[in-house]
Amino acid sequence: MNSRVLMAHGSGGLMSQQLVDEVFRSIWSNQYLDAALDGAQMILPPGKVAMSTDSFVITPIFFPGGDIGKLSICGTVNDLVACGAKPMYLSVGLIIEEGFLLSDLKKIADSMAQTAAEVGIQIVTGDTKVVERGSADGIFINTTGIGVISEAIDYTPRQIKVGDYIIATGNIGDHGLAILAQREGLQFSTPVVSDCAPLYKLGESLLGFPGEVRCMRDPTRGGMATVLNELAQQSALGMMVKESSIPVSSVVKGACDMLGMDPMYMANEGKMIVIVGPKRIDEIMEELKKAPYCQNAAVVGRVAAEPAGMVLVETELGAQRIMGMLEGEHLPRIC
Amino acid sequence: MSSQPEYLNRLLGEIVKEDREMALMEVCGTHTMAIAKSGLRNLLPPNLKLLSGPGCPVCVTAQGDIDAVIELAVKPGIIMVTFGDMMRVPGTTSSLQEARSQGADIRVAYSPLDALAIAQRNPDKEVVFLGIGFETTAPAVAICADQARNLGLKNFSVFSLHKVVPPALEVIFSMPDMKIDGLICPGHVSVVIGLEPYEKLVEKYHRPCVVTGFETQDILEGVYMLIRQIRQGEARAEIQYTRVVKSGGNPAAQKILEEVFEPSDARWRGIGNIPNSGLAFRPEYGIFDARKRFDIMDREDIPIKGCACGEVLTGKITPQDCALFGRACTPLKPIGPCMVSHEGACAAYYRYPPPSPSKKG
Repeated sequence: MNSRVLMAHGSGGLMSQQLVDEVFRSIWSNQYLDAALDGAQMILPPGKVAMSTDSFVITPIFFPGGDIGKLSICGTVNDLVACGAKPMYLSVGLIIEEGFLLSDLKKIADSMAQTAAEVGIQIVTGDTKVVERGSADGIFINTTGIGVISEAIDYTPRQIKVGDYIIATGNIGDHGLAILAQREGLQFSTPVVSDCAPLYKLGESLLGFPGEVRCMRDPTRGGMATVLNELAQQSALGMMVKESSIPVSSVVKGACDMLGMDPMYMANEGKMIVIVGPKRIDEIMEELKKAPYCQNAAVVGRVAAEPAGMVLVETELGAQRIMGMLEGEHLPRIC
Repeated sequence: MSSQPEYLNRLLGEIVKEDREMALMEVCGTHTMAIAKSGLRNLLPPNLKLLSGPGCPVCVTAQGDIDAVIELAVKPGIIMVTFGDMMRVPGTTSSLQEARSQGADIRVAYSPLDALAIAQRNPDKEVVFLGIGFETTAPAVAICADQARNLGLKNFSVFSLHKVVPPALEVIFSMPDMKIDGLICPGHVSVVIGLEPYEKLVEKYHRPCVVTGFETQDILEGVYMLIRQIRQGEARAEIQYTRVVKSGGNPAAQKILEEVFEPSDARWRGIGNIPNSGLAFRPEYGIFDARKRFDIMDREDIPIKGCACGEVLTGKITPQDCALFGRACTPLKPIGPCMVSHEGACAAYYRYPPPSPSKKG
């Protein structure tokens, strides 16, 4: 087999088949994919169906803590988790630039297989296209996921009430800084690793609190500040955040100070912002901290009636300031 | 430094007790941003004012210099390497960002050493590093020029817009309408220059100067040290940031600056020409001077209509007093450099606004 992807690999002929068989089918194998039909056919358990799609164009393709393959599974899985769904099936579309290393493609396929296996989600259908050199940057991946939401669950900003708690499920800003550091060759005394992770266990652990968990959202591009602003606007309530409660690692804080960035606006790929009612907050925090990737979960604020549609931060001096939406481009192509 | 809420509250309590009219200038853009982020301004009584100063290197760059840089960047065969902040600063007709979208080869770097590496990789191109910053960043550029000389690099040069802080402060202190009672001086700059330049300023203008760090606690301590001096009718140069700054500064950094650069006239936005406030290459390093290499003439500063960056930089007004602030001029569509730079006063006031007065308790 050639060591690079050729245009012929996307022709639909023998070489396409060979690429799919050798790189993907062998490691992604399951009954739906192996059936090799034009479309996968599954029977879903009862409940509402959640469906989410995301495209991944990150540069660099390999970064500390993950790669575009792992990210493409985590991103869609976490979107489903944020809906309160159990992630079940996934489609994968790949756009590969001519000349891409086959060994890298295998690494990416492997890491997708591993992450999917960890979650227990199955890749049931896929598509591969090859474009001329220069028409794409290495590899782009789209994943679409389907999950099922049990009838008791309804996570939407409409459910948010005054007095609810705002939880961040761990240190924020790691992914954004890891990508920036890798891209620009910045070195810190402590290496910065992306938090890229599938949060299906977190989702499962919160299913035990129907009604009390009001809403969940993953703070990817635009970071925690953007998600909180969206929730404030959609619920027409105020989000009051305490700066000193926000979990940020010292290396991210130091690097952001140095680079003039704000961790609140940095991307995350393995975190959730969860809004929960006050009744069972202690139990919920206890459960959350047991879930993988959530050891540093913390209550970062409360929901208030005023100022409606806005996010206010209380600084360590006790002063209040507005946390606005991200202006312009913080960092391009981070996911 | 970990936050110590009780100590911070005590310090703040001492500060807000002050009932005299007092205006303190935070010279440095990093201070401006840190103060805005901490919300300190919202907690001060109206008689205590913190004014932003000329310590954001991007903001004080003269309009004509920005135009000259853009004109050089679009020439064929040039690779311009710059810190990210300069990309979006509007020139009279264009910006580096716009020039790049039209095909100019302009690259963002985090260290001048990146520019050296780019020059080594592209021997057929002229690589120009846009040298911008105060005494803090200039030593690294001086080291680069020295390395380029040792490597015999013929395609590397620096467009030096470097400036030094003390002469600008002297100009501000000698303005007839000056109403600044004390200076919060930039800790990073003093890591290099130490305390001596401020001792001279204090001697001449009898206003206290405190070299201050950048954490909330540092800033509160710095402000408190200034207020205490003013209350007692004193004027001294002091260091709050003792864990980093030595009164003699950093002799090694001073030496390399001295070796590579010599003082020159420099134009500052909002202030104009200030003698001996710039850093130009000494004749021995003249081959690395992009202005000489590419025959760059001084350009006229064409003022931007309505933009009050000059008044903001000299503490005459605060950003909200500018008619364009938050309306025609926002970080998405900046009109003046103070809205572009992440150290700019306008960007700091815009990014970290206080809650609206009606909502304040």
